[in-house]
Amino acid sequence: MTHCDVLVVGAGPAGIAAAATAAEAGRRVLLIDDNPAPGGQIWRGHAGSAGAGQPHSAPYTKWAQSLIAARVQLLSATRVIDRPHQGVLRVESESGSADICFDRLVLATGARERFLPFPGWTLPGVMGAGGLQAMVKAGLPIAGKRVVLSGSGPLLLAVAANLHRHGARIAGIFEQASLPLILRFAASLVAQPGKLLEGARYRLQVISTPWRASAWVTRAHGEDCLQSVTVHSGSGAREIACDYLGCGFHLVPNLELPRLIGCAIQDGFVRVDSAQQSSVSHVYCAGELTGIGGLDKALVEGEIAGLAAAGRSTAHLARRRNRALQFARNLDRAFDLRAELRTLPGPQTIICRCEDVRFSSLQDAHCVRAAKLHTRCGMGPCQGRVCAPATAFLFGWESDSVRPPILPATVRTLARHCESVAPGTIES
Amino acid sequence: MSRQAATRADQDTIALTVNGREARVRAGASVAVAIVSAGVPCRISVSGEPRAPLCGMGICMECRATVDGTPHVRTCQLAARSGMTVVTG
Repeated sequence: MTHCDVLVVGAGPAGIAAAATAAEAGRRVLLIDDNPAPGGQIWRGHAGSAGAGQPHSAPYTKWAQSLIAARVQLLSATRVIDRPHQGVLRVESESGSADICFDRLVLATGARERFLPFPGWTLPGVMGAGGLQAMVKAGLPIAGKRVVLSGSGPLLLAVAANLHRHGARIAGIFEQASLPLILRFAASLVAQPGKLLEGARYRLQVISTPWRASAWVTRAHGEDCLQSVTVHSGSGAREIACDYLGCGFHLVPNLELPRLIGCAIQDGFVRVDSAQQSSVSHVYCAGELTGIGGLDKALVEGEIAGLAAAGRSTAHLARRRNRALQFARNLDRAFDLRAELRTLPGPQTIICRCEDVRFSSLQDAHCVRAAKLHTRCGMGPCQGRVCAPATAFLFGWESDSVRPPILPATVRTLARHCESVAPGTIES
Repeated sequence: MSRQAATRADQDTIALTVNGREARVRAGASVAVAIVSAGVPCRISVSGEPRAPLCGMGICMECRATVDGTPHVRTCQLAARSGMTVVTG
């Protein structure tokens, strides 16, 4: 069994900062990540020559160098599937499965987009806003393509600017939040002019593109793939032809692993103390898991978690952390979802994409468990990662319990480890 | 295109097959990009709908396809390699 002093899960900004910081403090650190290369979502595609000149590339270069200098061992394309015992995580990759033993654990599993169902959202060509950006970073040719961006959050403008730079024709940006809320959010950034400037720069890059607040896509049209969308705004409904729709409603944390380990959750995020320690001792959480706050929050929380896991003081980072937490709270308020979005699905709209469970068949259920038992909602391969945040918003359902494997695993992996479930019952 | 430029283009792109047809993507691209570029859905849903990537980051499982004989591979999390055989649906 592999052993390390500090195991870090997730090689985005928070995980990289935690791993490098703990290793610089003399600990043996293993960093594991689901993605093919480190960087998380914001730094996706930065590893290698393609990264130069991209936004936020300077901090990536600095931290990537720290990882190497501090001799952090990195396992990419490796996913955590279980926690068989306390102090052990089970992982699987293309080369098989392994158990990793650790003294301290830092979870930095990041966030995913919140998707809200509307008629046509399952058509090929409809993606998350961040999803479309990730695909373009992964090589999807976007030059000359007509793109509509919709949903909520600062990501929309950032994606618009990035896709525009890659030659996309941005046909419109539609933000569900109201203009007064967004202006109040912008005013709250006066103390952080860097963030204000970043937003302004993104807007200037796509200044000729219509941007509307209190507006959202109500329907995607097409036979076998997307052809156009209907947009609702103050001036009524109109149809816009497009090749891609990037539609995401801000972000939700990837809580599966912290919940499996037993970390207490409060208001939708992992509850941590000022040293990023969760309710489970020796388990630290950093980045989007503790509140959606972006790059600065992830880096400072990662540093704190890395220092704390190495037994060092973190007091000198408290002010930076508080500022980042205030930013996260402001984001939450500004991009809170409006109630009208609950009326988007029609009776035939698919809510659970894995099992093709439609809105009409969920209306009589009263909780996630009942929906699972009667319809298989949330029981497909994504295990509710897409539909659970949607049903939480649509119906007010709380998440169900998390059970291993938390990601689909091969039968070979399950069979290899099943003696740990029932000793002596299976002959090798 | 000059021969030199053509050679450079070959070095910068990867050729793989998607449903028996050659697909080319830039070096470093994901298998999901190869499938989308080929204009075919990644999978057919349980009620018969064509599906393509949604999240682009390994969460939604919509990009599952069979790669070199292994079924249910999340193709958005897998870098394309020369000579790969991808079967969708």
